[in-house]
Amino acid sequence: MTTSTLSRLYDSDIAWNFRHSWMARISTVTLLLLFAAALFAPLLATQNPYDISQLFLLDSELPPSWVEGGDPRYLLGTDQQARDLYSSILYGLRLSLIVGFASVVLAAGLGISLGLIGGFVGGMVDGAIMRVADILLSFPAILVALLVNGVARGILPPDQHADAAIWVMILAIGLTNWVQYARTVRGSTMVERRKEYVQAARINGVSGMGIMMHHILPNVLGPVLVIATINLGMAVLTEATLSFLGVGMPATQPSLGTLIRIGNEYLFSGVWWVVIFPSVVLVILVLAVNLLGDWLRDALNPKLR
Amino acid sequence: MLGFLIRRIIQSIFVMLTVALIAFMMFRFMGDPVNSLVAENATTEERDAVRERLGLDQPIWVQYGRFVARASTGDFGLSWRNARPVSTLLSERFPATAELVLVAAGLSLLIGIPLGILTALRPSSLSAQSLQLLSLIGISLPTFVTGILLILIFSVWLGWLPSFGRGTVIDIGWWSTGFLTVSGLKALILPSFMLCLFQLTLIMRLVRAEMMEVLRTDYIKFAKARGLTNRSINFRHALKNTLIPVITIFGLQLGGLIAFAIVTETVFQWPGMGALFIQAVSFGDVPVMAAYLVLVSLIFVIINTTVDLLYAVLDPRLRVDGTKSAH
Amino acid sequence: MTLLTVENLTVAFPGRRGTVNAIEDVTLSVSPGEILGMVGESGAGKSMTGAAIIGLIEPPGGITQGEIRLEGDRIDNLRPEAMRRIRGRKIGAIFQDPLTSLNPVLTVGEQLIETIQTHLKLSKADARERAIDWLRRVGIPAPEARIDTYPHQYSGGMRQRVVIALALCAEPRLVIADEPTTALDVSVQAQIIALLRRLARETGVAVILVTHDMGVIAETADRVAVMYAGRIVEVGSVAEVLTAPKHPYTSGLMASIPRIGPRPDVLAQIEGAMPRPNARPEGCAFAPRCPHKMDICLQQRPKLEGSEEKSVACHLIEEVSV
Repeated sequence: MTTSTLSRLYDSDIAWNFRHSWMARISTVTLLLLFAAALFAPLLATQNPYDISQLFLLDSELPPSWVEGGDPRYLLGTDQQARDLYSSILYGLRLSLIVGFASVVLAAGLGISLGLIGGFVGGMVDGAIMRVADILLSFPAILVALLVNGVARGILPPDQHADAAIWVMILAIGLTNWVQYARTVRGSTMVERRKEYVQAARINGVSGMGIMMHHILPNVLGPVLVIATINLGMAVLTEATLSFLGVGMPATQPSLGTLIRIGNEYLFSGVWWVVIFPSVVLVILVLAVNLLGDWLRDALNPKLR
Repeated sequence: MLGFLIRRIIQSIFVMLTVALIAFMMFRFMGDPVNSLVAENATTEERDAVRERLGLDQPIWVQYGRFVARASTGDFGLSWRNARPVSTLLSERFPATAELVLVAAGLSLLIGIPLGILTALRPSSLSAQSLQLLSLIGISLPTFVTGILLILIFSVWLGWLPSFGRGTVIDIGWWSTGFLTVSGLKALILPSFMLCLFQLTLIMRLVRAEMMEVLRTDYIKFAKARGLTNRSINFRHALKNTLIPVITIFGLQLGGLIAFAIVTETVFQWPGMGALFIQAVSFGDVPVMAAYLVLVSLIFVIINTTVDLLYAVLDPRLRVDGTKSAH
Repeated sequence: MTLLTVENLTVAFPGRRGTVNAIEDVTLSVSPGEILGMVGESGAGKSMTGAAIIGLIEPPGGITQGEIRLEGDRIDNLRPEAMRRIRGRKIGAIFQDPLTSLNPVLTVGEQLIETIQTHLKLSKADARERAIDWLRRVGIPAPEARIDTYPHQYSGGMRQRVVIALALCAEPRLVIADEPTTALDVSVQAQIIALLRRLARETGVAVILVTHDMGVIAETADRVAVMYAGRIVEVGSVAEVLTAPKHPYTSGLMASIPRIGPRPDVLAQIEGAMPRPNARPEGCAFAPRCPHKMDICLQQRPKLEGSEEKSVACHLIEEVSV
């Protein structure tokens, strides 16, 4: 990027808006920190919670280090299997974000493709896509995700459930959330399609695919970015909910939701830290994504609801 | 009005047929039902005999037709997990979920609407500002985290309220109710509060936005210019116009309550349909999943149709000519 | 005795760069039964003056100077509840757009009866009788049946008749009609104006008729106040002001009305645009556009001076009279 594009970016409305919104800045910094923590989890963690040989069962259920009975080696305490909670949370955050991002990519890819096809081809194809979208939209997302999850589990043999869990989750959440992208892209496509340059390109024998890629896609990137950001928060939340319900990530490969479920089972023995710390991280993550999404929506396009 | 009703019903039937198709596909393509009915060393002839008896040799649309016919009588076969009729399992669990969802829905309206009105009428007051901030947090808080916090505070630390189950229930026919005993009512408090919290914040924000919009309209200004009392302006003129759109959204969100009851029932080990569904999902128990899907869809469709009709009854502009007059 | 007097009224709104006076130093009076026309371009402060009189200026705006008296008593500093009792009962209002002035979810009858019962101690049945009577008086056919129908079942002109009934049903002494015909079809406008004039005569209610239509003023009003940039520039009897305008702005306004008869080559037009309230120049606000401007016009604001018959705020007049 040359300096002129950089300075233009700096002067743009959105950058100005960003510099003047403390909400946007706080949530961005928080998110960057969380992303970094997830990315460098193996370096930051004090142990690998997936490696049983690193666990010492005698150290199970230790409270956080600053509480009486705490061990300085375990900053946030340990769980029933003597896993260091601090390390587990880093790895769990990593998993939650991987599932979140991957499912957003899947949903966006699927939604954009279907939206382009529906808007460009029209007719029966468009009708079919939009009917499916309507029906999907009339059901709460969590229910659809649970259903896809259940179907996948029904098809897969039980001994593969744990290994395939991450793929099943990405699929379930991605398949649930494509509708909004498809609707937005379809709307823009239908508007663009009628414009003269597209008609001209068609007459000149440019393929439909080429027109979509060159002319229509750039126009819808703004709204898609907004949807994707808001979607990321929803995806992380859905993943956590499914894992909490016991049909998401398995206990051997815990995401934040799984950690909260494990902690929940021992709530009555006074082991509050196993449930509280992952919950706090999850809430901060979702809140930061939502605030950023809200801000982005207002900043990029005030007309977008 | 009649045309509208008929259109709505046709639409509903279409949705239900699609849902039934999904349920049917689940049956058809997830595992071979024949395997669960014959001995492991059965011969091909024996298998074919069973196949024929089940009608699996018929064309696929005939099978679908039969499935729809059976489903509409409530027959979804046996649970793959514990071999009991799915309809029995669901009807045992239905009252628990229904009571939970109804109480949560009632609470969210009862608390959400007044708070929304309060924040709309005094938008700059301290209480309105802090409510607005709280609602933002409420919307971002995962429901199961709320539930766990409630248990931690009110059950573990304070020991005031039970953290699981329905307490003592009384059977009235096939319906088991927790409304008639103290322990049943106490058991309802935390789960219904957890379930309603998200809905409540949503309704509060919606009522607030809608009411502030209405208070800016000309007919409210004209009502003020006629010297009507604040009470009448806020609660007669503005509120009625505010609540009409709120009813629609609430109807749509009632479906959300039923879905999120799954999470609540898991947190509080509430013996409802949602908990049953989660077990079915984790075991791949297709008949239960399919039946739950169809039942919940049916409830959604009924709610949505009712809401549309209610809307038409409440809004005089829709009552007569079926179209909204231009503003 | 005059019914309403407004003296040196200033309404200000706080803005980013200090407060802005939406109207400034407005003085006028209305006698019982009189129709006072208020004309001016949009943004001249006609509607704001009306809103100030009826006590409905949207916060954060407010009256910063001057006073308003109704039948001798100050009403600009009343508590909200006391002012509420005056609205509808002593001062009524007719709004511009009949399509949005009526509550869509209440029947016409409900809105009328509520207004009547708010101000007059009448039983529900008596209030209903009165409501039907008012619908008849404003020319709604079959009022006994139509009272229980909703506003959307009325045409635009009929709705404005309902609005007029609502404004008059508690028998106020003064009604402020803010552009009552602007949103209506041309064919209906004349009917509504005629109705207003007839009702004013019958009930003895005084009317402040806010409009930008000089033709309506000429037909309807007894006296007229011309506003420019938040100030009154000329006020007097319709005959005086319309036939012999003294202020250059009024003259320009009169010259810009197309007439039937021998046509001038070009329709007269005032050059430039009215300044916004936050950009009002020092001295006379009209000076930048005025064909007769003098040095003093740029420095000193002319006072509204003259007789009951006619007052003008212009340095030209002072010079002539001195």
